[in-house]
Amino acid sequence: MKRSTRRPASSRTPRVALTAVSALVLSLGLAACGGDSGDGGDGGDSGNAGDGPVKITIATFNEFGYEDLIDEWNAANPDIQVTQKKVGTWDDAKENLYTKLAAGSGLSDIEAIEGDSMPAMLAESDAFVDLTDPALDGRWLDFKAKAATDADGHMIGYGTDAGPEGICYRADLFEKAGLPTDREEVAALMGTWDDYFATGEEFVSKVPGTAWYDSTGGTAQAMLNQIANPFEKSDNTIDVENPDLESLYATLTANVAKGLSTKLTQWSDDWTASFQKDGFATMACPGWMLGVVAGNADGVKGWDFANVFPGGGGNWGGSFLVVPKQSEHPDEAKEFAAWITAPEQQVKAFQAIGAFPSQVDALDDPAVTEMTNEFFNNAPVGQILGDRAAAITVQPYKGPKYSDILQAFQAALIRVDDGSNTPDESWATFLSDVDQLS
Amino acid sequence: MTGDAAPDEGAASPVATPPEPPVVRRSGARAASPWRERLSRWDVRYSPYVYISPFFLLFLVVGMFPLVYTAVVSVYDWSLIGGKGEFVGLQNYRDVLENPYFVKSAVNTVSIFVLSSGPQILIALALAGLLDNALRGATLWRMGVLLPFVVAPVAVGIIFGSLFGDRYGLINEALNWVGLPSVSWHTDRLASHLAIATMVNWRWTGYNALILLAAMQAVPRDLYDASAIDGASRFKQFTRITVPSIRPTVIFVVITSTIGGLQIFAEPRMFDSTLAQNGGSDRQFSTMTMLVYDFGWHLRDLGRASATAWLLFLLIIVIALLNYVLSRRFGALAHLTRRRR
Repeated sequence: MKRSTRRPASSRTPRVALTAVSALVLSLGLAACGGDSGDGGDGGDSGNAGDGPVKITIATFNEFGYEDLIDEWNAANPDIQVTQKKVGTWDDAKENLYTKLAAGSGLSDIEAIEGDSMPAMLAESDAFVDLTDPALDGRWLDFKAKAATDADGHMIGYGTDAGPEGICYRADLFEKAGLPTDREEVAALMGTWDDYFATGEEFVSKVPGTAWYDSTGGTAQAMLNQIANPFEKSDNTIDVENPDLESLYATLTANVAKGLSTKLTQWSDDWTASFQKDGFATMACPGWMLGVVAGNADGVKGWDFANVFPGGGGNWGGSFLVVPKQSEHPDEAKEFAAWITAPEQQVKAFQAIGAFPSQVDALDDPAVTEMTNEFFNNAPVGQILGDRAAAITVQPYKGPKYSDILQAFQAALIRVDDGSNTPDESWATFLSDVDQLS
Repeated sequence: MTGDAAPDEGAASPVATPPEPPVVRRSGARAASPWRERLSRWDVRYSPYVYISPFFLLFLVVGMFPLVYTAVVSVYDWSLIGGKGEFVGLQNYRDVLENPYFVKSAVNTVSIFVLSSGPQILIALALAGLLDNALRGATLWRMGVLLPFVVAPVAVGIIFGSLFGDRYGLINEALNWVGLPSVSWHTDRLASHLAIATMVNWRWTGYNALILLAAMQAVPRDLYDASAIDGASRFKQFTRITVPSIRPTVIFVVITSTIGGLQIFAEPRMFDSTLAQNGGSDRQFSTMTMLVYDFGWHLRDLGRASATAWLLFLLIIVIALLNYVLSRRFGALAHLTRRRR
């Protein structure tokens, strides 16, 4: 505000011509300077040039379950001290990431990347340190390792968790609707999406005021992750007018009118509040979502976790850690990233917040397979998520634009949810939004 | 800026008469050397410019340079990550003007601006008028109206965002409690503008009131005494003496709030609960600055972002000029009616 108050004033006087010319001259000079120093990357403002410990930062979003692990590392490694910077959602983290990538400075030594955006990072792989390490071959599940490796075979990210999904449900609300409440019986009700939605219609007819699932957006994510080519063909050309996506969109928008959706945006204030207000009865739950549900629904009794997922299995999310080339301590950052993504540490993150490990060795660890979750009625979450991971048959193709298109697609669904558009209008806007992306 | 408006208006403004530059002729009182005389003449003539130059130098770097540089970026294909590409002339401007969101954002911006600046200045005037009275603990009250201003806009956005929650917001629950239907604050276009204008007004009204109050305190008190003897009511005194006397300050407040109002960003962005935060699911309250951000940081196209920024700049100049002319016209009328009596 302050700067611009001067603009109209100055443009009234004849002196502005003179000023403008001087500014032009000055700008050329400054631009030249800017170009030079920007490419040089001399850095040197880190403040720990002395003999003190190397300080590195790790930027995460949502919940990674790293708090205790970082304390553990700091206690054992006095010469490399790690601090965590957390933001709420990946969307916020992503904007920050792109802004600072463009600026050429300001990123943390380690940045967490949401799985769906990893293809976009691979397209910018020059900006990240090559973390390839033969000693770590075979640490991750195949799909996870592949998703972090660029066309030249450089691995730029270390996988953290994977996102096999089950169904979280409110047993108390199921009882109110006269539905079975037992985990196995509930699982039998929702083997396919058609069954899941049909059960939902029965539920909302008996429990008015409570929706079937938490958000159209979340359910869409779950369904998108079962489609081979949701938005892009395997050669990275954008193809959103494909029958799979169109039928998914038609199904979900039709559900809005049937009252199955809360009509809320996932992660919004109203969405968070709906956990406390019996807003909905079920939701698609990847492992990392368990901690989110337990947090938002703190004090609510009746949550349970069923060993089932409509349409078989699906992987939603799961993240990576990358080291930007901007980092002044890439070696230390790599060392820490390798440590915290090791099976032993990811098992602890799983115990802390339910983020299911993507490391082969962690999957058989009794600490994972025998893990139960008190909040979810002592459900055997370790065994359930293991089964759900084994049921995954499709890894959708996600190109560099996946994350951007997903954002536009989510917005399209919200427009129908909140009633500001008909499904057809909203689809047309979605197509025009996608056009703007290229 | 107050200074700009004052000189041609003359007497009406005791507040903001700029100090006249000292024009002194010292024609050889003593027989000084011609060189010294010249130096001292230069000193008198040019020193004032040297003294004010730091501001303008700084302004060149942080004000004019970005302005010009933005213009340069706007005629190139310029990606956030990849940097400068080909020269494309006015193509970015064409793209922006053809973008369906441009008109929508421009209309939203003007609508939010009118809904905020209008009531804001009227309420600020009234508030300042009340604070201009002899109050017990005057400083306390005066600082009190400034309190909302020291709260960060992002915090304001979060608080009001949850007050205006569509489903579980406090305001809707209050409406329901008295039997009124809920308002879709985030979906209905006008309702969202009202909610955002409320946020802006809450933050800026006190600030403007204090500026107006400062001007009011400089209005000669004998004018009030004289009018009181003539039998003018307090209200009449306010409209006929106070407001016309502080006209340059009112113009200043109008213009700064125009500029601020048209650049509104933090409030609508924090108010937005959608993931993309582009100003509502259907851009119900997307503003011009949010469109700049959308182009630059979501689509990662700095060319179109810069073109939008320049279009916004032009819009601000047009509206600020319009405001200036209107405020002068309004002021001149007030002047006339006062003289005629």
